[in-house]
Amino acid sequence: MSNAENFEDVVKSRRDEKVAEFDLIEKNVFHRLHSLLHRTPALVPLIVLVVACVVFGLINANFWRISTLSLIFQQIGIVGILGIAQSLVVLTAGIDLSVGAMAVLTSVIMGQFTFRYGLPAEVAIAIGLAAGTMMGAINGVLVARMRIPPFIVTLGTWQVFLATNYIYSANETIRSQDIEANAPALQFWGTAFNFAGARVTLAVVLLIVLVAIMAYVLRHTAWGRHVYAVGDDPEAAELAGVPRKRVLIQAYALAGFFCGIAGWVMIGRFGSVSPSASTGILGNIQAITAVVIGGISLLGGRGTIVGMFLGALIVGVFEMGLRMAGADAQWTYLLIGVLIIAAVAIDQWIRKVSS
Amino acid sequence: MEPLLKARNLVKRYGRVTALDQCDFDLMPGEILAVIGDNGAGKSTLIKALSGAVIPDAGTMWLDGAPIEFSSPNDARAKGIETVYQTLAMSPALSIADNMFMGRELRRPGFMGNWLRKLDHKAMEDFARKKLSDLGLMTIQNINQPVETLSGGQRQGVAVARAAAFGSRVIILDEPTAALGVKESRRVLELILDVRSRGIPIILISHNMPHVFEVADRIHIHRLGRRLCVVDPKDYTMSDAVAFMTGAKEPPADVLAA
Repeated sequence: MSNAENFEDVVKSRRDEKVAEFDLIEKNVFHRLHSLLHRTPALVPLIVLVVACVVFGLINANFWRISTLSLIFQQIGIVGILGIAQSLVVLTAGIDLSVGAMAVLTSVIMGQFTFRYGLPAEVAIAIGLAAGTMMGAINGVLVARMRIPPFIVTLGTWQVFLATNYIYSANETIRSQDIEANAPALQFWGTAFNFAGARVTLAVVLLIVLVAIMAYVLRHTAWGRHVYAVGDDPEAAELAGVPRKRVLIQAYALAGFFCGIAGWVMIGRFGSVSPSASTGILGNIQAITAVVIGGISLLGGRGTIVGMFLGALIVGVFEMGLRMAGADAQWTYLLIGVLIIAAVAIDQWIRKVSS
Repeated sequence: MEPLLKARNLVKRYGRVTALDQCDFDLMPGEILAVIGDNGAGKSTLIKALSGAVIPDAGTMWLDGAPIEFSSPNDARAKGIETVYQTLAMSPALSIADNMFMGRELRRPGFMGNWLRKLDHKAMEDFARKKLSDLGLMTIQNINQPVETLSGGQRQGVAVARAAAFGSRVIILDEPTAALGVKESRRVLELILDVRSRGIPIILISHNMPHVFEVADRIHIHRLGRRLCVVDPKDYTMSDAVAFMTGAKEPPADVLAA
């Protein structure tokens, strides 16, 4: 080799430098906080939640009563389940604007199949859940196979599902008394029991169980890791052997299934089946709010279901706490708006790893 | 000696562009075969065909004399062919252990694994730690560190360790030193020689002629979508190789591919 080609010989002989060692000496408190949040992004909503609870408790001692807390949980029941659906999709770096519409349409399907076609309520519920899964799968196929951006797909299906809901139901509400008399299974999740002196509905238990199940699935199963990998870097995931399209379709379909469950819970919560329930229009925004405040990155691949649950709780706590403090309801929206922006700002900061 | 991995007449077209034009390929057991070629010569497509990431339009491949057909990278991996892509194919937010086992996770034995599909995080972490220290790569303290907190050399190390851990027949390295500093490159080259000493043949794609001439046993020169010739680095200089690769010089008839 000529001299010009020997330029690397120096490093061949002189080898005292460490090349690929992991040094974990974190430089200062700031760095330590950064790497802590990097590992557990759900800490942010947890801190916000604790602070909010303490502050509202100081303002009004009644805030800490079991009955108040139970009411907060009941109010976030539907948003929480929609939030699970939304989390699945957002973790794949997508977004699902149709979650609320799917929930309302499935609740209408459950109601109409029972009352219009005279099917047993249990069968109608199963059909409703299957319909929710189908609708989710349609979103998934459009995103994964037709390569249409998730925002566009679900912006479209949101309108389609909501319009279908009005057309199919002829905008007709099924009354609470009729359901109670003829198909109590539809109202199952509204069943209340007594817990430590407070009235708690089964929907609250269901939400907590579903959050626990999905936290397990995402953390401890291969499929859960694949959801993260697909959201993090789709090409890398595919090269590493993850069936990207299949995982995407499954995530959207599972989100649809959870929307079906939310539709069933809605009947228990409101008593009646109403095609014009506000969930159809606001459900997606509320679910996205819970997801974002909960520290799940809209860019995909980061965050946890537990974080989303905390995010939903924060919204519930703010609504309740401010109402008990006698503040104008608009303060809630103002503060939630600030929280959303703060949460995304923190997410951006957490992503800057090399700082 | 029979080639371990052999391909004949591979064709791949993207629209009007022919990336592989009746391309042949031979990898002998236990060797380091460098693949060099100008940008756009079709090296990447060839490598992707061998690793299952691209399905050729025509042509045949053999592993150990048996015809093989891949429809996904998983098929190639199942046959013991592992690839380290230039992009490394790692999920930045996931941990080292998660990345090493992506797509081939281990499940717990018994009820938890079979029915609740629970992953065996501990077994995967132990295996990842063992493989990394086997290769003398690094003293890892936290195998659960996200990959994005690692330096370029460390990431490359993890990717090579992943390939070496699972690649029982062939390891393909696409530009392993392109993104690295001089010292880090040196470490990776040693790693490559170390893997060969375990008897696993390596396909090395690189633009770095000094690196190629230092470690390769044979050099496959790719030009215009096909194999132009295969040369022995001891018989030719780097400038010869570059001249063949760019078409500035015709290779002598005895090394020309049939």
